[in-house]
Order: sequence, then structure tokens, then C-alpha cells
Amino acid sequence: QQPAQFTNPETPGYVGFANLPNQVHRKSVKKGFEFTLMVVGESGLGKSTLINSLFLTDLYPERIIPGAAEKIERTVQIEASTVEIEERGVKLRLTVVDTPGYGDAINCRDCFKTIISYIDEQFERYLHDESGLNRRHIVDNRVHCCFYFISPFGHGLKPLDVEFMKAIHNKVNIVPVIAKADTLCLKERERLKKRILDEIEEHGIKIYHLPDAESDEDEDFKEQTRLLKASIPFCVVGSNQLIEAKGKKVRGRLYPWGVVEVENPEHNDFLKLRTMLITHMQDLQEVTQDLHYENFRSERLKRGGR
Amino acid sequence: PYAGSVESKNEAAMSELVPEPRQKPVVPMKPMGINANLLGYIGIDTIIEQMRKKTMKTGFDFNIMVVGQSGLGKSTLVNTLFKSQVSRKSSGWNREEKIPKTVEIKAIGHVIEEGGVKMKLTVIDTPGFGDQINNENCWEPIEKYINEQYEKFLKEEVNIARKKRIPDTRVHCCLYFISPTGHSLRPLDLEFMKHLSKVVNIIPVIAKADTMTLEEKTEFKQRVRKELEVNGIEFYPQKEFDEDLEDKTENDKIRQESMPFAVVGSDKEYQVNGKRVLGRKTPWGIIEVENLSHCEFALLRDFVIRTHLQDLKEVTHNIHYETYRAKRLNDNGGLPPMTVETEENHESNL
Repeated sequence: QQPAQFTNPETPGYVGFANLPNQVHRKSVKKGFEFTLMVVGESGLGKSTLINSLFLTDLYPERIIPGAAEKIERTVQIEASTVEIEERGVKLRLTVVDTPGYGDAINCRDCFKTIISYIDEQFERYLHDESGLNRRHIVDNRVHCCFYFISPFGHGLKPLDVEFMKAIHNKVNIVPVIAKADTLCLKERERLKKRILDEIEEHGIKIYHLPDAESDEDEDFKEQTRLLKASIPFCVVGSNQLIEAKGKKVRGRLYPWGVVEVENPEHNDFLKLRTMLITHMQDLQEVTQDLHYENFRSERLKRGGR
Repeated sequence: PYAGSVESKNEAAMSELVPEPRQKPVVPMKPMGINANLLGYIGIDTIIEQMRKKTMKTGFDFNIMVVGQSGLGKSTLVNTLFKSQVSRKSSGWNREEKIPKTVEIKAIGHVIEEGGVKMKLTVIDTPGFGDQINNENCWEPIEKYINEQYEKFLKEEVNIARKKRIPDTRVHCCLYFISPTGHSLRPLDLEFMKHLSKVVNIIPVIAKADTMTLEEKTEFKQRVRKELEVNGIEFYPQKEFDEDLEDKTENDKIRQESMPFAVVGSDKEYQVNGKRVLGRKTPWGIIEVENLSHCEFALLRDFVIRTHLQDLKEVTHNIHYETYRAKRLNDNGGLPPMTVETEENHESNL
């Protein structure tokens, strides 16, 4: 119920708390932003290349790719790299959690245990810190988003894909990505996307859902959201190389039959993936905090002990 | 992170270390210049814009308390601050309304909107403070109320199934009204501020400042500042919470020159030089509330609302609340028992 306003209609009546978002803005800019992205998928699907392309950095400068013999002995590792990116005064501290070894073993039965433990450990640590005495400098290492790379060579999801996603869909936001999209022509892509979506529904896998644009957003944003939602799962190509095409330098892959341009929306969904990630970074964090973390926390507390 | 710290007696128990995943060395950021003309824009700054939009939509809570003897113009001032009748208005005591025998705490909530931003404003009045013959310990009900709000928040926070947005009834700002005697602070003023500055953000204001001339005002302010300093009273913005040099410079100026703000409040309008202004009409002239050469109301308003609103909330949450929480954790008995989900707060998270 609105309190009585001072009667004179000529009084501007401007208090000034509409300035609050600017105050929040100023503090946010000073503080910067943190985000943890996990990438999971078989070796050789272009995960590292894609991450480098997304953030225009070289996250893996001295990489040595192990041969098959070495891979036999390897179990899944967890490797986290952090990079600080600044743009127009806004700082982003991005942590990429890589999972080399996933899907490599001959018998992959246990390969996602390590990953699930890692996700749980971050929740556990956060819960511990949040319950502690000194909460000033809690670091949030929880995984906010997981890009799951699906091979373009198959006919849809593999059993490992299904099992893994079902094991983590209540713990992390899953964004399925079809890698190396340049192996598929447009029709094949559409078919594969549909197939994958059907299988996701069939198996009851919960992937991250983009929230609908609010009614008061402008038309462009609404249209963009519609387009993004319609394109999932994203079919992407990554590249660290600059190729000369049509008189300008572009990120791409050079084939005898032409150049695949990473940032060309007609060639692949790379830009859509990047747009989705950036415009939904905050939402991804919120869903992690409000849904996945709270689930973990209530389960953990019910099971007993703080 | 705030400079200075509120340390608890037992230094923070370090989390039992789970084995660290193998960390790669931090890769230095590529200078943006290299990518500048090669589609090198990611769009990270738009995240902040999203956050801003979100703040606007969600709206926010703000709880302001006013403390001071009756008749110092507290309600009028709050109404002037928010340009609405948000506080109970009393021009003198009605025959039916007597001065309460003890300090009462009266909280009135309103939702006001401006420029698309919704604020749930709660004004907490404390009638009876300082009005008795014997005012010993009259700050206790106030301190109790403030701590009760911290307790409420804490209880919700430790719940197993907790609300997404915990309702915030904690007092973000306490305006303490100093009587414009022109001499010095009174013992009651010192006692109150000494006790309460440790649990809440106190902003001292000199009420009814139109009783002092400019020289008297300047002298009085200086004396009050000195007294506060000598008695170790840290009013908001507290020195130890300045986050960086920029804040420190800005806040130093406010602490050492502007505060305490000498204010006049009014909800009546008069015509001055063809404009309608809020003011007080006297035979010798009209005192314009928003005229900086007449009084410092506009400074107080800008300070509390336009520049430091968010900071007031953050200091309350990150400092005062955390201090309360740490004390509760340390006390024997510890935190309140974890409640089992009740009907009212059971929300399926799945």
C-alpha cells in the first residue's frame, strides 16, 4: 500500500534510490566476477581448442599430447587452470577444469567417479567454509557449468554419454556440445541434433535450460533467446589459427575445399555458444547456488553432521 | 575484502584440506591489443549490465532506524528523505498519545518505486528513547531489537531447506539525532553511540539545525566530532572498512568535514523565487530544506540514498552480521538447532 505522497504534483519528488543499481554496478566492477567451467569429453574432440577460441586466450601453452600406449595406463585426471580476463574494466576470473583421460580407457566403467568426486568436493568445501567462523574470503570453486562434448562421428549419444550425464545432471548445469562440427554437413547436423535431443528426453537427462526472455526485454533480445534455445545442442568448431579468407583474417580451419570460419554463424554455432555463455553466466551461477548446491547441502545436512 | 578485520577468538579453523587437483600455473592474460582488430571482443562487460538489470527487477530491502528524544524532528526528517509519509507523523503528542514509559520499537514498512527500482523501505522508530526521568540503559531494547534481527537471519541461514532470498529485516542504518544545544554531546548520546556503534551503522545527525547560526553550527560540529573521536566512537563510514584508496579519500572528506550533518526537515512547501520548495516559514525568512547554504539535508540524503545505500547494506551484512554470527558460534550452545522442514518453508528444490 503506497504511502501518501506529498500533495503538490509539481514537486519532482525524486529521492534518488533509483541510483542503487549504479552503486551495485560500481561495487561489482571493483570486485570482478568468478566463473568455473568444466569440460568433459573424449580425447581429440577439440575441447582445448574450443576453450581457447571462446576466451581468446591460450590456456594450454605447452601441451604434450600422450600417445595411445600412455593413455592405456592413465586414469581420469582433473586439471584446473585459471586465467584473468579483463574487458572494459570488468575483470573475469575464469577457471577451466579439464578432465583428460575421460573416455580413453578400454573399460570406462569408472571414469566418471573422479569427476563426480571433484564436483562434490567443491560443494563440500564451500559448505564447510560457509559454516565456518571467518567467512570473509570464501572462494567459490564450485563448478558452474559443464560443457559435455559429444562426438560427431556416432549416431547420437553413446552409452557412456548417457550414463555420465545422468550421474551429474543433479550436480551441475550441463550444456551438451557437438564437437568438430565441420565433419557434418548441414542436414547431418540437424539430424544429429534432433536425435540427441530425443535421446536426452528419452533417458530423462536434465540439461541446462535457458530461461525465457522476460516480457519487458527488447525484441532483439527475445529473438536472440529464441534462436539460442532452438539451436541446442550447439554444433561447434574451434580453432587457434588465423586464416586469410575473403581478404580478412579469420579464425578458421583451412581445407582444400574451403575455409571453415569459427565465427561465421552459417558455418557453425560457435558464436551462439559464446553468446549463451556470456549472457547466462550469472544465471548459471545462480542455478548452481540455488539448486545444485542447495540440494547437496540439504542432503549432506540430513545425512548428519555439520 | 575490507581492510582491517573482525577476528574471532579462535582463528578460523582451516578447512580440512581435500587433496588439491593438480593446478596448472596461471596463464598470463593476452594483452587485448593483439586481438583488438580480430573480432577480439568477448562481451564480459555485459555481465555487469545483466546484474544491474537483475537488481532493478528484484528490488531491494532497506531498513532505517531513527533514535533520539521526542520532538527532534525524526519522523519529519525520514518523511523528507523519502518524500513520502513513511514515518508516523506526530506534530506534538495528541491528548490520547502519551510518552511511552519504556522505549518502544515500531517498525513500519512501505514499498516505494522510482525509475523502475522497487524499494521495500522499513522505518524503525524508537519512541520513548531518552524521554524518561531515568534513562539508564534505555538503549538496551534497541540493541535487543537489532540483535533479534540478526538472529532471525541466522536462523534462516542455517536451515536445512532455506529460502532462496532470506528476508532481510536487519537494521542497515541508524540515524542518531543530536539535540542542537550548541554546547556538546550529552552523556546519553555518548552512552548510546558507544554501545550501538559496535552492532549497527550509526549516522549522527544534528537535528533542528535552524536554531544555530553558521558559526555556531561549524563550532558545534567540530566539538561533536572531537568528542566522538575522544570517546572512540566509530560512526559510519567506519575508517577500518574503507575498501580502497578511492573510498578512503571520499570517506575521509565526509568524516572530517561534513559529518555530523546538520539538518532541517519539512513536509510543507512554499513558493521561493518562482519554485516550489520544501521548507519552514518563519517571520524572518523561509528556510529551504534542500538549499545547501541553509542546511545539510541534501548532503545527508545524497550520502545515505544516492551514494552509500548499497554500502550501508554491505557493511551490515559483511561486518555487523558476521560479528554477531561469530559470537553465536563461539558461545556455548552454538547455533540454533537445525530445524526440520516445516510446512511453511518446504519447497521442493528438484
